[in-house]
Amino acid sequence: MAITDLKRIIKAGFINFKRGGLVSFAAVLVVTITLSVITIIILLQAVLYSSLDQIKDKVDVTIYFTVDAPESKVMFLKESLEKLPEVATVSYTSATDALKLFRDRHANDYSTLAALDEIGNNPLGAYLNVKAKEISQYESIANFLKSDNALASGDGDIIDKVNYHQNKLVIDRLNIIIAGAQKLGFLITLLLVIISIIITFNTIRLTIFISKEEIGVMRLVGASKMRVRGPFMIEGAIYGIIATIITLLLFLPITIWFGRNMTDFLGLDIYDYYISNLFQIFAIILLSGIILGAISSFIAIRRYLNK
Amino acid sequence: MIYFNNVSKVYKDAVALDDVTLTIGAGEFVSIVGHSGAGKTTLTKMILADESPSEGTVFFESINVHQLKNKDLTKLRQRIGVVFQDYKLLANKTAYENIAFAMEAVGKTDEEIASDVPHVLELVDLSHRVYHFPSQMSGGEQQRLAIARAIINQPELIIADEPTGNLDSINTHEIVQILKKINDLGTTVILNTHDRGVVESVGKRVVTMENGKIIRDTKRHK
Repeated sequence: MAITDLKRIIKAGFINFKRGGLVSFAAVLVVTITLSVITIIILLQAVLYSSLDQIKDKVDVTIYFTVDAPESKVMFLKESLEKLPEVATVSYTSATDALKLFRDRHANDYSTLAALDEIGNNPLGAYLNVKAKEISQYESIANFLKSDNALASGDGDIIDKVNYHQNKLVIDRLNIIIAGAQKLGFLITLLLVIISIIITFNTIRLTIFISKEEIGVMRLVGASKMRVRGPFMIEGAIYGIIATIITLLLFLPITIWFGRNMTDFLGLDIYDYYISNLFQIFAIILLSGIILGAISSFIAIRRYLNK
Repeated sequence: MIYFNNVSKVYKDAVALDDVTLTIGAGEFVSIVGHSGAGKTTLTKMILADESPSEGTVFFESINVHQLKNKDLTKLRQRIGVVFQDYKLLANKTAYENIAFAMEAVGKTDEEIASDVPHVLELVDLSHRVYHFPSQMSGGEQQRLAIARAIINQPELIIADEPTGNLDSINTHEIVQILKKINDLGTTVILNTHDRGVVESVGKRVVTMENGKIIRDTKRHK
């Protein structure tokens, strides 16, 4: 009995959708727009986060050691830094390597190289390059260095300078920008999603308003609430499913274009991202579409059913 | 079968029913006559709980119609077939589906639907309109379809609210004949009409209403 009812409700939903014609088409279009907004937001978030990651990656703290700092002490400091939970990586560049890098960098600068040769011995010290997991954590690393330096300096200071304080201004500003960008991104997302939901809900309400008399007739003929409401919910879900398919197909050429032309600008191959996350995106918008369609119908029909 | 006990219905500034008391027995054919606005439609809507009284009670057998919960109300409506002046067919369903829907509503099986629908369409002479939508049918055909839908579940009561209001005399005659036939088969029929000719051709009991009151209740034999 219940299965027969369900079968009939689903069948009626499909028939209504088919016969809805222009109204169904309009509803699918509106749901498609909503789902497109959601997809755009997903892609924008990806771009935002990848750019933020790239920016974060460019920030680091370098600890320059004095020329006569013994390597064992440097290595000891490296190990203790690596033990810090905030630290992502620490890379060590020895004095010899530093000199080599310097020479490579100034290979065409004859006068600098000549000056270097004139000095004779290596004027450069070793250095450690520290990357934190989060930008906001550089401060605590810098603080650690201050205290640890005091501990490690039995025979004089081995640290020449830490460029954290030069970078501090940039790091602080980046921190604010990143936090702001994330907050703004979230707010815009929320706003767009709410607007889309309201528009979709109203469209579906209109489609049901058109059927308001039919709903009354169905009730008078003795149909149960679920028997009246079910087909409308199925119809709403169908809007969602079809809109999902359209949206996914629509974004294929769009992302291909972005992938070809905007990868350098965005710092992320959108097409690549879209294809490798296709299943998640599909799941998100299908679920949003079905829920949006079915729930909107469910709510919209309520006022005509209460008789 | 149906009992109106001192029923009144007051809209904001108009009185639709004024202290109506009326009893309708099982198997009767009652014509309710009166001008537009006399309260006929309001009276019949009360039986379906499509309107609720400002005062008084309406009983269908031993059921107080206006105290029913949603589910029981659905059950009650399944025992009553309704025919309206404006047909109230489901516009996006074919003739077949309109009747099938009423059967589905009461939980008939697909087999019962497949066997009964063509039968009832034949009864109201619509066999050639099975796959047509209401918009593709004439007024008389639509009304016959509405009657077919009303009787398909063998209701105990048929309420016909101005069923001939939009029809010409030939179609009117057909509708009246169909209703009489239904009554002969044992179903109670309540017919709202303002058409004296219809009342004459039905005969039987006539209840006359005016300004929300019953002013005459006569039985005729024909």
